[in-house]
Amino acid sequence: MRPQDHSKRRLTVSGWPVQVVSYKLDATYYCTVDNVSPGAWISRAQGETREEAESQALEKAAEYLSRTRTFSAA
Amino acid sequence: MSTGIQTKEDVLVSTAWVEEHLNDTDVRIVEVDVDTRAYDESHVPGAVGWAWNSQLCDTIRRDIAPKDKFEELLSSSGVDNATTIVLYGDNNNWFAAWALWQLKIYGHEDVKLMNGGRKKWIEEGRPLAKDVPKPSRKSYRAKSPDFSIRAYLPDVQDAVNKASAELVDVRSPQEFSGEILAPAGLPETCQRGGHMPGARNIPWAKACNDDGTFKTSDELRKLYGDQGITGNKPVIAYCRIGERSSHTWFVLKYLLEIRNVRNYDGSWTEWGNLVGAPVERGEAKR
Repeated sequence: MRPQDHSKRRLTVSGWPVQVVSYKLDATYYCTVDNVSPGAWISRAQGETREEAESQALEKAAEYLSRTRTFSAA
Repeated sequence: MSTGIQTKEDVLVSTAWVEEHLNDTDVRIVEVDVDTRAYDESHVPGAVGWAWNSQLCDTIRRDIAPKDKFEELLSSSGVDNATTIVLYGDNNNWFAAWALWQLKIYGHEDVKLMNGGRKKWIEEGRPLAKDVPKPSRKSYRAKSPDFSIRAYLPDVQDAVNKASAELVDVRSPQEFSGEILAPAGLPETCQRGGHMPGARNIPWAKACNDDGTFKTSDELRKLYGDQGITGNKPVIAYCRIGERSSHTWFVLKYLLEIRNVRNYDGSWTEWGNLVGAPVERGEAKR
């Protein structure tokens, strides 16, 4: 089997830039969300449609990203 | 005649090369991911999966995999000392590079990274499988560990206090400056943010193109050379837990052929939790 319908886009979630990647494999869509810099994987989900997979992955990503604390770098 | 020095051609293969060698019995393809569930989702046909957080480490104390455990992992993966191992993984091969670094510590001769990793393989629409292969067991004997490619805390302290080595911090600028304690969305694993005094900030991703492949040697030489990393002095790379710095170690060691380069796998989770360790905050000074 081969991945199909590959999609990659950037969004801002909870104030952080993220990259959303999804593709179809057999009858399932898979989605991963990473944090662009440094490019670390944050969340993963799958669903029968791209929308389902992406919404679940983005929901989890939003939760994790909202916990990120920032400090003064001075 | 072999010079004993490995170069880019020895340690890097393309996705096309891997697809051509899927049924090559002399080649064992291994996926090593940050997110260990990625392998279960799908993988390169015939590839075995190694988990960095259980199989490529000592699960009791913080350390790389002990020699006997490493031998068992390779033997059960159908690898012997003559096998060509091709590693790939998610996050542009972060933990694949970590595995390669450990394989070099234990003296495996023929190990390569798949340029671009899992991301490029999927973007190119190459074949995937879900079934887990059951390779015939082989007998693997690791060599005595070569820790000349590993930096320990005293080495890094010497680099900070005596400028005995160039320090390359490969984390994001926000981690380097101390604005965040861990990459956004990931758990905090240190008590203090910032960087080691004197370290240069050259994020790992600057060595890659958008498709995850490595930049050309000329581009890499300029990237690191502009920051004073030329190989004239020993180099130590660090990040948070040592996997991103394995990626940079690979670049410096094999793509730029810098002889004296080490990976500090203690990285910021060691230094940033160390009582009394000097820490600088703010942007890079150079």
